[in-house]
Amino acid sequence: MPLYRSHVLVCGGTGCTSGGSDKIYDAFLKEIESFNLKDEVQVICTGCFGLCAEGPIVIVYPEGAFYSRVADSDVKEIVEEHLLKGRIVKRLLYKESLEEGQIKSLNEVKFYKKQMRIALRNCGVINPENIEEYIAYDGYKALAKVLTEMTPEQVIDWVKRSGLRGRGGGGFPTGLKWEFAAKAPGNVKYVVCNADEGDPGAYMDRSILEGDPHSVIEAMAIAGYAIGSKQGYVYVRAEYPLAVKRLEIAINQAREYGLLGKNILGTDFEFDIEIRLGAGAFVCGEETALMTSIEGHRGEPRPRPPFPAVKGLWGKPTLLNNVETYANIPVIILKGPEWFASIGTEKSKGTKVFALVGKVNNTGLIEVPMGTTVREIVEDIGGGIPGGKKFKAVQTGGPSGGCIPASLMDTPIDFDSLTALGTMMGSGGMIVMDEDTCMVDIAKFFLEFTVDESCGKCPPCRIGTRRMLEILQKITSGNGTMEDIEKLEELAYSIKDSALCGLGQTAPNPVLSTLRYFRDEYEAHVKEKRCPAGACKALLRIVIDRDLCKGCGICAKNCPANAITGQIKKPFEIDQEKCIKCGVCIEKCPFKAISKKA
Amino acid sequence: MIKSIQELEQIRKKALEELEFRKQQGEGIRVVVGMATCGIAAGARPVMLKFVEEIQKRNLQNVTVVQTGCIGLCKYEPIVEVYEPNKEKVTYVKMTPEKVSRVVAEHIVNGKPVYEYTIGYEEAKEANK
Repeated sequence: MPLYRSHVLVCGGTGCTSGGSDKIYDAFLKEIESFNLKDEVQVICTGCFGLCAEGPIVIVYPEGAFYSRVADSDVKEIVEEHLLKGRIVKRLLYKESLEEGQIKSLNEVKFYKKQMRIALRNCGVINPENIEEYIAYDGYKALAKVLTEMTPEQVIDWVKRSGLRGRGGGGFPTGLKWEFAAKAPGNVKYVVCNADEGDPGAYMDRSILEGDPHSVIEAMAIAGYAIGSKQGYVYVRAEYPLAVKRLEIAINQAREYGLLGKNILGTDFEFDIEIRLGAGAFVCGEETALMTSIEGHRGEPRPRPPFPAVKGLWGKPTLLNNVETYANIPVIILKGPEWFASIGTEKSKGTKVFALVGKVNNTGLIEVPMGTTVREIVEDIGGGIPGGKKFKAVQTGGPSGGCIPASLMDTPIDFDSLTALGTMMGSGGMIVMDEDTCMVDIAKFFLEFTVDESCGKCPPCRIGTRRMLEILQKITSGNGTMEDIEKLEELAYSIKDSALCGLGQTAPNPVLSTLRYFRDEYEAHVKEKRCPAGACKALLRIVIDRDLCKGCGICAKNCPANAITGQIKKPFEIDQEKCIKCGVCIEKCPFKAISKKA
Repeated sequence: MIKSIQELEQIRKKALEELEFRKQQGEGIRVVVGMATCGIAAGARPVMLKFVEEIQKRNLQNVTVVQTGCIGLCKYEPIVEVYEPNKEKVTYVKMTPEKVSRVVAEHIVNGKPVYEYTIGYEEAKEANK
């Protein structure tokens, strides 16, 4: 194997790829060829580095230079200056990584400082399309260990002792689930990976599959050994083409290397994995609907029990975990359950990956020990709120979750403390909101999503959530009454009690949680016909300040609704009936005389 | 086909050698080669490549070769600086690929800087002229 003097790592996650990182990769190959550096410099396409807000990202080793917001037109300069002459291109360096002209190591950068990467350990580090790089970082060593040194019972015992809880939503103890599946009677059993991540704003499972697909394959094989299964399925939505492609490559490589198939590593153990593509329906992430979909039917949930561990895929015992849960398994086997259990809080062990999005400076993928506070995540890792705005709340758990208000910012995040606050971990989407976000509007947004995605099988979800949405629409348009708020709450509780599956049961959560912490905002919409955040268009008024208006008439000329009238050199006025609140006049006014009023 | 754990371990070791390098420059020895225009013109590139080759041949871990811009003493180019943790840096001047082998053997492997190639020696020589 040739030794290169420099490695160029180009992020190939979906975020950076949509920013053109594939072109950057090609440009590097081309420039390196043209400068005749092919034998000295290696270019690698990796998985997500995490700091998606600053993408596309390129890291050059051994200096560890962290280039952000790279364009393909910058590549020539990096090759010519950095790779050829050793002069780091400072203008492209991520600003935080420079300190008094010295490059700080990646772990010193604030974004990474408080993070601990277990599930994401290889993301952005290895080339996900090269199985040997995974093996280099102890890949498949855990599988080898369980096959030669451990009994299936021991494996399950370790997973139980590690304290790992399912990372897909509710946080059920993983080891217990494995034990149920192992103890269920039957010779044919299945191992299923849920990669149907559908929460708005969440993308950690996709990033793990894209950046480190082998960790999931290895974990599924370990699970197969532990419960006595020969066949695994990964259910992944077709909207994740890159994840599907990398997973396909990885499965084929694992088969070639004899790590899937018969007689794995020279033992009697046999296991193989197939991919099943989903059409991207939110409900198919619910475990019973997911299995119905794999069986080839329309993905609709069924009542539980029987639970999948007893009666799952094709009526056989089935172990179902999500991507992130699996990604933790090989490390637990290699480092031991005590090590894993030493991280996190008393009842939530290990780390959690979050997709940090919304009104925060460093949007991206982060992994922190359980028990890290909301404040640490938003302020230290996320770098605070852009534009000097005030932090208002963070929404977790997607449509099944709720929000944590600023007053509870010091809450340590783990499964139970989130549940106590009326929200949940969910898959790990974390949407940061600032003072300009209307909480009623947010509840409406998630309800719109649920109404769209309801599979329609049970009336509480199909009809109930639509009724809730109608009430929210009424309130945000300024026509709500106090009885509407009561009705909304009543509906929410009855849907929670009567819906068939977990998705319907949790659909009212965004409403309940915003009612809990931001009831005054609902009341302001109803009683004062006012949106305190200034987000609900119907309740906004755009007004001209008579003292600042010079009577130039530019606003009237640009108004698409002809709502502004007046005489030149005298203050103009807006007809509120005609105004469509588009805000063009605010942008065009040269004297800043026009503003929104809540 | 990997038939045994031993085979898996072999692949791991081999692949790791290449990846070790991707760890950030840490506690190890850093060989810094001046690669500004003057350095390149004076022949810094073959010097740097020779370092890479020697380090690979001897399978030295914890040694990285990096480039830097103009070190500032154009008349002594190619210049190479060797940084060891907790030690004064050693500056080699007028380097050639031939000199590299000796620096690697005596300094990097055995910890004894090659005095005749250093800047102090060169400067003393000039002063005595």
